[in-house]
Amino acid sequence: MLGEGILKGMAETAKNFFGSYFSAARMTTVEYPEHRIAPYEAARVFPFLVFDGKDWQAGMRCVACQICEKECPPKCIFIEKSKDKKPDALGKLQFYPARFDIDISVCMSCQICVEVCPFEAIKMDTEFELSTDDRFGGLLLDRKQLAKSNQYYRKIHPAEAAGVDAKLAAEKVKADAKAKFTAEAKIAAIAGEGA
Amino acid sequence: MIENCDQIFVLLRHWLVSFLPAAWQQTAGVLLSVATIVCLFPALFALTTVFERKGLARIQNRLGPNRVGPFGFFQPIADAIKSLTKEDIVPLSADAAVHFLAPVLLVITVFMGFAVLPMGRNMVLVDLDAGLLFYFAMGASSELAVFMAGWSSRNKYSLLGAMRAVAQMISYEVPLLMSSVVVVMITGSLSLTKIVEAQNHYTWGLPHWYIFTPWGFAGFLMYAIATTAETNRSPFDLPEGESELVAGYHTEYSGFKFALFFLGEYVAMFSISGLGTTLFLGGWSAPFSFLTWVPSWIWFFSKLMLSIFVFIWMRGTLPRLRQDQLMNFAWKFVLPMCLVNLLVAGLWRFMGDGWLRWVVCSAILLLAYAGMGLGEMRKQRLGPRSYRYAE
Amino acid sequence: MSVVFYLLAALTVAGGLAAMLLKNTVHCALALTVAFAGLALLFLNLDAQFAGFAQILVYIGAVAILVVFAILLTRGSETPKDGVFSRTWLTGLAIAAAVFAVLGWAVIGSARVLPHETAVPAVTVQQIGVALVGRYVLPLEIVGVLLTAALIGAVIVAMHEKVEHEKEEQK
Repeated sequence: MLGEGILKGMAETAKNFFGSYFSAARMTTVEYPEHRIAPYEAARVFPFLVFDGKDWQAGMRCVACQICEKECPPKCIFIEKSKDKKPDALGKLQFYPARFDIDISVCMSCQICVEVCPFEAIKMDTEFELSTDDRFGGLLLDRKQLAKSNQYYRKIHPAEAAGVDAKLAAEKVKADAKAKFTAEAKIAAIAGEGA
Repeated sequence: MIENCDQIFVLLRHWLVSFLPAAWQQTAGVLLSVATIVCLFPALFALTTVFERKGLARIQNRLGPNRVGPFGFFQPIADAIKSLTKEDIVPLSADAAVHFLAPVLLVITVFMGFAVLPMGRNMVLVDLDAGLLFYFAMGASSELAVFMAGWSSRNKYSLLGAMRAVAQMISYEVPLLMSSVVVVMITGSLSLTKIVEAQNHYTWGLPHWYIFTPWGFAGFLMYAIATTAETNRSPFDLPEGESELVAGYHTEYSGFKFALFFLGEYVAMFSISGLGTTLFLGGWSAPFSFLTWVPSWIWFFSKLMLSIFVFIWMRGTLPRLRQDQLMNFAWKFVLPMCLVNLLVAGLWRFMGDGWLRWVVCSAILLLAYAGMGLGEMRKQRLGPRSYRYAE
Repeated sequence: MSVVFYLLAALTVAGGLAAMLLKNTVHCALALTVAFAGLALLFLNLDAQFAGFAQILVYIGAVAILVVFAILLTRGSETPKDGVFSRTWLTGLAIAAAVFAVLGWAVIGSARVLPHETAVPAVTVQQIGVALVGRYVLPLEIVGVLLTAALIGAVIVAMHEKVEHEKEEQK
């Protein structure tokens, strides 16, 4: 029947109009910035440096191996190695970065630095409200601004952080076992010498 | 008391004018009414832009403007400030005089139409004997303004848009006039006040509006289609199709002149909906006889706003028609239906009162509709797409 | 003869003069539209409501648009290089003077025939309608046939161009 399609269409739009006041399915708008959608597990914006514990300098996982600096495609990471060493989570003495700058106006969020880091030291943040009117230094983040705690990492990427924590805990267990084995072997060796 | 409420604007005018000497009272009264119309309908236009944006938004699963004022109802103030403070750019090679006069002519002719609309009991600005003819004369003049706008911009897209717009408006003038002629035939007068008074009777509580008769219903549908095409409103808005022609004939207009075109389009929508309510929906008469205590102007404006909401609803629902589909529709479907409607109205008039004329007239109209509809749809040979390349 | 009549007459004559003297053809067409509007206002001044509004509806609403379409489609909007005055202007002036003399004689002669008309006869639309289908039905039908012939002719001309275009493509 000629004109049937028009009437059906108009009925559908009327349903949409009245339904938008009642059902969330017909009004999917989220009024930013009063309401925000929670970020997803795999959301990523710009990198940050993870530190364990309370002191960001002592607990920083980064050992300034400079792999991420070399792998970064737009070369937005700038690292200066320190002259001295500090102990890491496993007790071994490691270098640390005296300077670790990321220019987030250049960073393209490719996550390559995260994928190549052997020490689980750099991860992707979800913070995106970073606009500033300082055109020259406002988007160049130094290591203090980049350092965020492991609790924060667990909050923004729970599943990923749980995996990383499990991996690091397993490494620590292995290292402890190895240390205990070598310590016992040494004691046995000294005891054997003494006898 | 009810009578006073109904005639409140007439009484207000008399009271205000009585402060002046007798020689000036007539002119002052007319000037006061004109000033009211010129202030009221742009205000209604401002309100309609918000309703349109929010209505379309809700149809499309989103909120409309909701930042300026409560629920976004002060948005037109922001829009007005924006269009008033924008730079008025006139292209260097444009025809300056015609470029300036086009929006002026459009707004003048569009506002002239309100002079004959009866907005309430005794609330016509000028009660002309040939009121309907005056209205259509003004409507026809507004097409010249569209053409002037498109031509004077020296822009091929504007010119194309203007040509399409004028072709569309002229094509749909014929069904517009013919569907109104039916009303004139039955009423026997071109005067709009007489047309409303002829519809202001009630049988068993139901009104004698012309839309409730077979020929009136068909006429109203065709009038609605022609109206949507005359005011370049979706689904007939190819001339101002944003995705095809930038902005059609008002591409080269910025700032306040663009606002005037926008105003002209919406006010034309109001005036033509007002005419539609007068001709088919009974103008200022109440829908049921027990509701006649509500003031007449409230009924007129409610019906007007209802028509506007239906326009907005159609805009949100239907896709745009292509130019040739549009013209085919006008000349091959709507015009023959209008002629059949004329015949049916003549039959109605001469068959005398009774149930027979209802049956015969409805049967003829339904047969014509179904026949022509099926004929048109059978002609749609939707085969595989063929391409023609430019030589 | 009131002030209003003189003003409207001046407007009409100015429109007509501008339609002759302006260089840009579309400007001429728009000036002609002003002349039409002046004529319509003159009709309204004489209380002939139907004639006045029909003049606006038909002339300004349709004929003026037709004129501008014709100008656009035939590339007449470019300013002519040789100027707007033709070489045979003396002959044109003579013919125009002759036509004006005949019209003037007819108008003044009619004033002599109807000397007792002081009140404006109120012609309603109904009277016009009754006269059209009663006394003047033959001219009405002839005009209808003429318009239909013009319409069919226009369609045929447009169709011919399309057929020729297709024939050219097939070659």
